[in-house]
Amino acid sequence: MIGLLLAVTRRDLLMARRRRMEALLPLGFFVVAAGLFPIGVGPESQTLRQIAPGVLWVCALLAAMLSVTQMFASDHHDGSLEQMVLAPQPLVVVVAGKVLAHWLTSGIPLVLTAPLIGVLFDMRAQSIVTLTLTLLLGTPILSLLGAVGAALTLGLRSGAALMFLLVLPLTVPALIFGTGAVGAVDAGLSAQAHMSLLGALLILTLLGAPLAAAAALRISLD
Amino acid sequence: MSTDRFRRCAVFTILTPMKTDSSGGPCAGRTGVLAAKSLACRRGRRLLFRGLNLRLDAGSVTWLRGTNGSGKTSLMRILAGLSAPAQGSITWDGLPLNQGDGAARRGIVYIGHANALKDDLSLLEAVAFLGRLQGVDAASARALTALARLGLSARRDAPVHTLSQGQRRRGALARLALDDAPRTWLLDEPYDALDRDSAMLVSGLIEAHAARGGAVLLTGHQTVTLYGAREFDLEPHRAA
Amino acid sequence: MNLRPNTFAAPSRFYAMAGTLTPWFWAAALLFGLTGLYVGFAIAPTDFQQGDAYRIIFIHVPAAWMSMLIYLVLAFWAAWGWMLNARMASMYARALAPTGALFTFIALWTGALWGKPTWGTWWVWDARLTSEFILLLMYLGYIALTEAIDDPRRAANAGALLALVGVVNIPIIYFSVRWWNTLHQGATISMTAAPKMVSTMLTAMLLMTFCFWSYSFAVVFTRARAIVLEQESDNEWVKGLER
Repeated sequence: MIGLLLAVTRRDLLMARRRRMEALLPLGFFVVAAGLFPIGVGPESQTLRQIAPGVLWVCALLAAMLSVTQMFASDHHDGSLEQMVLAPQPLVVVVAGKVLAHWLTSGIPLVLTAPLIGVLFDMRAQSIVTLTLTLLLGTPILSLLGAVGAALTLGLRSGAALMFLLVLPLTVPALIFGTGAVGAVDAGLSAQAHMSLLGALLILTLLGAPLAAAAALRISLD
Repeated sequence: MSTDRFRRCAVFTILTPMKTDSSGGPCAGRTGVLAAKSLACRRGRRLLFRGLNLRLDAGSVTWLRGTNGSGKTSLMRILAGLSAPAQGSITWDGLPLNQGDGAARRGIVYIGHANALKDDLSLLEAVAFLGRLQGVDAASARALTALARLGLSARRDAPVHTLSQGQRRRGALARLALDDAPRTWLLDEPYDALDRDSAMLVSGLIEAHAARGGAVLLTGHQTVTLYGAREFDLEPHRAA
Repeated sequence: MNLRPNTFAAPSRFYAMAGTLTPWFWAAALLFGLTGLYVGFAIAPTDFQQGDAYRIIFIHVPAAWMSMLIYLVLAFWAAWGWMLNARMASMYARALAPTGALFTFIALWTGALWGKPTWGTWWVWDARLTSEFILLLMYLGYIALTEAIDDPRRAANAGALLALVGVVNIPIIYFSVRWWNTLHQGATISMTAAPKMVSTMLTAMLLMTFCFWSYSFAVVFTRARAIVLEQESDNEWVKGLER
């Protein structure tokens, strides 16, 4: 089963590599959106430092949601998705493979770019480290929840916007714990509790989301 | 097995190079029986057909006939297990389709209108992935031989989006040649976009599969003759 | 098509049953409502701290309770419809959603009306109000999803999955929002600082809860009947009604 999971991931990564520009668009959105805030809010360092965790997290959230709408769209369009549903292996394995590929192509670049944006917002080094760690734990959660949303809205005309409405409320806990961790570090406290909660949320989502997404795919193909 | 079937089986064994699969010789084993009882299908709010009984025995080749919009594709999808019927039940060897140890999933191959080949992958990569999904081992090597049998060796490294419709259809059907285990094939318009030579290749595959103990249900408007094929007409079951 | 020997399960029988019961629920709603409002606005004493403005809680709290209850009931019936392939259950779930959303909106709006005279601000990011806001988003999501899908069965099942995912997430969301709220606790503005409950106040809230509950049944039954007519329009018994 792990073999199939990795085969699915490898296939998606291969296809992303052959369409490199499209794979990097969410990252571009992240940078542009985050970069707009200093322009809109004003360049005052104190303000920027205060809003930075929230702004970066929300922009990462939106960037992740943008790319996740396409997770199943291509496979649905050419009939591959039906074959995945009909495969003898459990559908959760295929879903997990696709989520992993999505996280590697859109989550990891966000995590790696966040420190640079953090510098633009004049964040302290410790805060940047904490922020990056929270995004490392948080972006998989976003990919997993996004998969459920993408599976539910498969093939619908209003797909992307509808998916935002469905998934964003579910991402609120991750957003709260992620930004809370940075806030704690800024205030000189420990971010231990926040990180533990974020980790617990990740585990919970890892266990539940692939199952929900697989069920949603079956419903959408009915 | 009747002597006639045995003779045909022996002829095919000599003429076509076959790999023996894990279940023994090429003529050993037969596919499970896919059966539908009192099936009714609904599309949106309309009832398409009702009271449909169908049984796909090992060694049978069945043409599913019906006018456009009569529900042929819907019936195929229900038989494959993609859709739930409005009424009735589908069984595999007597057990409900969803239950059991997944034998039904391993025993049914469904090829719909869409080819399930990714545009950005090479033909070989795409077919190998489908093989992987199907659960065959050494998918890449088998995909190579399968493409050869369908006459697509020359194009195996070409990206799928550069191939013609007929080549893509043949590529999609290459899944049927990955191994020789007798299964139940549900083929929706397999001859679509195929030229005469390719159509003959596919017919050969289908007849050989039936001779091995597999079952085939297919749709199509083209006038193709298949050895021993029977017809199943959807018209009598259509709801008003 | 009868799946279960149960009055509720067959759309035609639900239609008939709901038709007879609905007027009674309207009557009950009117009765409880008038009594509840009378007790709440005329009999219950003026609060020591908050004056007369606190009386809005007689609408705010029951509305909030109903919004949460209806979501649970919706998730229950939607899941029932999905698991057991029961069309009536799915139709009933769809009928519940707009009413649940309405109560959530009323809870938020009355929350704002309470906040203004009491603390001078129209909106407060209190943990409960924020969770109520997220609940409204979840209702809207459910309605949007079921409306966006044309096929009735896919719409019902997708909605059921979404509602179940929502039910599982709501405790997590509420907990995280509470956590977030205590972190950012600046002023001691909180909806939990409700006046001490005198028995007449409790009576008024209970009466208003029954009022909203009866109202919900009346409205949801009416809406469910309309949905039944729409989705079963090809059936014999519906055509029989038109004559």
